[in-house]
Amino acid sequence: MSNGEVTFIIERFDPEKDTAPYPQEYKVILEPGQTLLNCLNNIKWTQDQTLAYRYSCGSAICGSCAMRINGKAVLACKTQVSDCVKDGVIRLAPIGNTKVVRDLVVDLEPFWNALKRVRPYLTPDSQDAPEKEREQTAEEFSKIDPSTTCIMCGACYSDCNVLEVDNQFLGPVALAKAHRFIFDSRDGGGHQRLTEISETNGIWDCTHCGECTTRCPTETKPLSRIEEIKVKAMAEGHHGNAGARHVLGFRETVGRRGLLDENYLPLRTVGFFNIPGLLSIMPVGLRMMWRGKNPPMIPHYVDKVGEVNNIFARFEEFRK
Amino acid sequence: MKYALYTGCVAKGAGRELLAATYKACEKLEIELDEMTDAACCGAGVIGEDNPMVADLLNARTYSLAEERGLDIMNICTTCQGVHVKTRRKIDADEKYKARLNTELEKETGREYAGTVKIKHFYEILLHDYGLDRLKEKVVKPLTGLKVASFYGCYATRPPEVNELKNPDDPDELESIVTALGATPVKYDERLKCCGFPILMMNKRNSMQLSGNALSGAKKAGADIMVTPCPLCHLNLDAYQPEIESQIDQKLALPILHIPQLVALALGVSEKELRIQTHIVRPEGALAPA
Repeated sequence: MSNGEVTFIIERFDPEKDTAPYPQEYKVILEPGQTLLNCLNNIKWTQDQTLAYRYSCGSAICGSCAMRINGKAVLACKTQVSDCVKDGVIRLAPIGNTKVVRDLVVDLEPFWNALKRVRPYLTPDSQDAPEKEREQTAEEFSKIDPSTTCIMCGACYSDCNVLEVDNQFLGPVALAKAHRFIFDSRDGGGHQRLTEISETNGIWDCTHCGECTTRCPTETKPLSRIEEIKVKAMAEGHHGNAGARHVLGFRETVGRRGLLDENYLPLRTVGFFNIPGLLSIMPVGLRMMWRGKNPPMIPHYVDKVGEVNNIFARFEEFRK
Repeated sequence: MKYALYTGCVAKGAGRELLAATYKACEKLEIELDEMTDAACCGAGVIGEDNPMVADLLNARTYSLAEERGLDIMNICTTCQGVHVKTRRKIDADEKYKARLNTELEKETGREYAGTVKIKHFYEILLHDYGLDRLKEKVVKPLTGLKVASFYGCYATRPPEVNELKNPDDPDELESIVTALGATPVKYDERLKCCGFPILMMNKRNSMQLSGNALSGAKKAGADIMVTPCPLCHLNLDAYQPEIESQIDQKLALPILHIPQLVALALGVSEKELRIQTHIVRPEGALAPA
């Protein structure tokens, strides 16, 4: 990059005429302070008018210009080229977990559908029109402050590991949006919302891989919001699902022994009377036993376990 | 060199071969270990999803136990490492919260977390404290010709601020250890992805698919063997490999080693001592000289 020249390798694709995406190279002379969006505009305006990408505000507010740079989702307008050039090369591709419309433009319909599934609007306790607006204190707002900063750019959606294998998963943006209403003091539908997103495809299907928070260009940080929803769901007794039983299994065995009882946890999570579920984990259990890999039948206690027991004895108190 | 060894739950349970390998590797490297038999589970991010303060108290207690020993913590599980570092940063960033935790910790355990302990994974100790040059000098059985795919695990790479990787989006730390042991690192697209273990019991199909993608990617890249610093990843990738093979309809037979096992092998420890016979996908064939 000694002469300030950067090679952009951009994934091109027009489903109407191409059978598969292909890379196309463009050379740009880099000037100090240039963002990726500046360079893309430069390419489009001076080299190739057929290149398709989305952008609008150029100020990390509208969320239009998310794309994958060197394999990771970022906002083109918020990313300095100098931060991501590797050996004079930058690779651009459309965001992941979506279908390409053309080049870097993707079909966001599934993304918007996931958002609709969490009913992204306030559902007040009473449908009667209030005499004045529903007020919110600064402290109440602080709980939803991070989740209201979401600009719905799709960077988290793009790199979510679970969405890669299951397009029915609600995904980080919809769950962060659900957080924004569950924790809103003016919303009356919290219980119902928690029930819904505790079911399959909701909070407990998140692997907490952290990719969403790593890619998020705002303070939304979806994984932290998902964790907060889980804490609330557990505190409010939404325990009728495998995810919650898994958490209870941790609480029960670590609280008693200090270490996890790996024999008890799968049974607790699946459900002691869930015969098909128990049968489904039997092969791996037998396989591990056969190799001598099964956890000890008499689980360990940590030394000084009384200290751990004391902490767990005040479990409910420590929720506050 | 001496560390307080935090075993975590799996190395005492379904992954006892990891503990055996850690002791063997450290013996060869002349690293002394003081096993923290009094330390509790880190919560694996799960207890924190139920009651963050209880999870933080458990971990603050662990840090205080290491401080009492005057030793830094060696983790052998990236989930424990990730949770420990994340929790510690949270506590240290908020003096008021730290004071509240310490009040409760003192009340329930008689302990105090001062904030002096350092927390490192085994592989970080090799890289930063021990040094790869020193490691190379200790290698007596170089793993020449062995193609090794590193699987990092989520907590080793994300969020980037809680790990010490030079380039968290394209790290080469594990690969550099593989090279130091005389083996050949194999890079593949899925090496930084999630293995799916945390949702194994909630959505087995998705969990198996995530592991399947990683195994399949490593296999396609020509790996003879995979190595991971996380025993939870190991459980999914190894113990569930037969189910994964039938779900993705592909024969994989890719053995998975814990990083201390790979290191110990190159240091001359026998396969039997590393308990590789307990693996579901037996590594003996892949490790046999061609």
